[in-house]
Amino acid sequence: MYGKGWVWDCMSFLAHLINGISLGSVYALIALGYTMVYGIAKMLNFAHGDVIMIGGYVVFVAVSGMGLSPLLSILISMAACTVLGVTIERVAYRPLRGASPLAVLITAIGVSYFLQNIALLVFGSDTKAFTNVVTLPNLVLFDGELVIKSVTIVTVLVSIVIMAGLSLFVKKTKIGRAMTAVSEDKGAAQLMGINVNGTIAVTFAIGSALAAVAGVLLCSAYPSLTPYTGSMPGIKAFVAAVFGGIGSIPGAFIGGILLGVIENLSKAYISSQLADAIVFSILIIVLLVKPTGLLGKKVQEKV
Amino acid sequence: MKRKMLSLVLAGAMTAAMLTGCGSTAGTETGDASGENSETTATEETGETAEESTETSDSAQSESGDAVFKIGGIGPLTGGAAVYGIAAMNGSQIAVDEINAAGGINGMTVELNFQDDELDAEKSINAYNALKDWGAQVIDGCVTSACSIAVSDKTAQDQIFQITPSGSAVDCVANDNAFRICFSDPNQGIASAQYIGENGVASKVAVIYDSSDVYSSGIYEKFAEEAANQSFEIVAAGAFTADNKTDFSVQLQQAKDAGAELVFLPIYYTEASLILTQAADMGFDVDFFGCDGLDGILNVENFDTSLAEGVMLLTPFAADATDELTVNFVATYNEKYGETPNQFAADGYDTVYTIKAAAEQAGITADMSNEEICAALVEAMTQITVDGLTGDGITWDASGEPSKAPKAVMIRDGVYTAM
Repeated sequence: MYGKGWVWDCMSFLAHLINGISLGSVYALIALGYTMVYGIAKMLNFAHGDVIMIGGYVVFVAVSGMGLSPLLSILISMAACTVLGVTIERVAYRPLRGASPLAVLITAIGVSYFLQNIALLVFGSDTKAFTNVVTLPNLVLFDGELVIKSVTIVTVLVSIVIMAGLSLFVKKTKIGRAMTAVSEDKGAAQLMGINVNGTIAVTFAIGSALAAVAGVLLCSAYPSLTPYTGSMPGIKAFVAAVFGGIGSIPGAFIGGILLGVIENLSKAYISSQLADAIVFSILIIVLLVKPTGLLGKKVQEKV
Repeated sequence: MKRKMLSLVLAGAMTAAMLTGCGSTAGTETGDASGENSETTATEETGETAEESTETSDSAQSESGDAVFKIGGIGPLTGGAAVYGIAAMNGSQIAVDEINAAGGINGMTVELNFQDDELDAEKSINAYNALKDWGAQVIDGCVTSACSIAVSDKTAQDQIFQITPSGSAVDCVANDNAFRICFSDPNQGIASAQYIGENGVASKVAVIYDSSDVYSSGIYEKFAEEAANQSFEIVAAGAFTADNKTDFSVQLQQAKDAGAELVFLPIYYTEASLILTQAADMGFDVDFFGCDGLDGILNVENFDTSLAEGVMLLTPFAADATDELTVNFVATYNEKYGETPNQFAADGYDTVYTIKAAAEQAGITADMSNEEICAALVEAMTQITVDGLTGDGITWDASGEPSKAPKAVMIRDGVYTAM
């Protein structure tokens, strides 16, 4: 179309692909938190996206307001989100442990709105420009024709490390195996002497600490922070988690990356306005064809 | 059990999608890119809002009790477009203070009560009702298009004269009782295209616009139409929607691939600040040109304003102009509010002076009813000529559109500089 030949087209395809991976790695990071909590507590924590937003604000205040170093700010943010996640679990979800899943789901949506409105009250709805905490130089290739942002590389690496770490944690450690047990059968796990509430609290703590990391990287890649920053990426990440097979840790990673790439390529080559419609259509198609998602386990139901 | 679980989960997903869906509809309706914020902001900020508006009316209060002329203002004082609303309110307030110091309108003291609409069409109606209870005789507002349209249906019913400082959508002045100070969206699109073409700013232009927003898509359509008559070509047009407004890598990449020398941004400053950041990140060195929505970009908290160096925008007001009116206004504004006024402040200022000119032309007195005031002002509007901050010799026709010449400014060293 622009008459610059196939090398040029290739280059721009590559650029779109890399931008897609950049977007997807953020989805993957958020989806890991979703899938972790779902896999173990068997509940969808719709407030996850908003914990991410809170994590972003904590870093924003620490870096831009108090002038702390980015690394220290991230640690503070992780601590704050862990406390927040455990509190949410204790106050909003634990009393509903025996209730119907629908009640828990609605509570989660309520918590999500609660967090958004708290952020609105405290920080106001003005957009804050987030300072990128990844200060490494961008990778410039082919005389500036292709720029890979350092935050993209960091996000992909962090997602891979977290994915691997989580898989190992669940398989190898005592708490991890307790989590697997709880996810399979809460009642039986309790009979075996596992502290179910404690295990679920730990799950939320880990999921929320991950949310803080996701929040920082999300806001570094797309430096605008509002009380609604977490909600759309949160929903997309949920789609990614379902796409990859909800409950599966590698599935969340693959689902996230694929979703980001699909979203960006459909923006680039189909229509930038239809990208979201395409993303959500994929959720529907995946559920029709393979209800358990790409890497989801098929669970035999015994009656 | 597991299957039941999954179906519930899906039901939940649908609910969540519906909730976001509602949010984005509101965004489209309010005609603003950050409109999706509005719905949930409602409840907890109302208290604050009430406080603020009381303050405003207090400061507008003056000692002479008998003949007062009440102007009700509506605009976003909190939320994503607060920069606009607060500026318009402050600008209006300066004009009101000046007019009162000089003896008021036809001997009446002017009172201004400015209410917050949080950029939400529904809340602008609430604000309007509050103003009606207060006894507003004319409406200075709303500051944004969608709110202005919503309120103008009410003012038309009640026969209250309305003049919007900056509501630029065509429909803002659809009713006979509604006028505006700023350019309409189509006029901004046409004027931008003419400016770029006639001044040879660029020959290859890319556009990034918000297709879910009436303001942005309105300007884009007219811009594209007018571009056909101009010496430049539009090489790429990338749209985004209110739900997908943080990642502009694709649109920028397309603009870059198409060899654009200039990117036209008929959008609001929040998204524009992201676009500037992302363009710099990907090493895309290009000029940017925008409309009045870009006004406010220098005030985004924590935004690296050096990225905005060289950005051009079409605005009827440049704070560095040397005419006496502008110099005095900028000095007063700086003294009272501690910052340099933007064009919304100037629009607000001109709105109040336009009301004054029309009221004097029509011979408005304190004992007239709102209907009588409205009919008299509508007639007077087409007869007056106002020399304001946003243009010399501004005149109006019965449709409510102003006629004045556009100006463009460039951001240099962090301030607007006339081009």
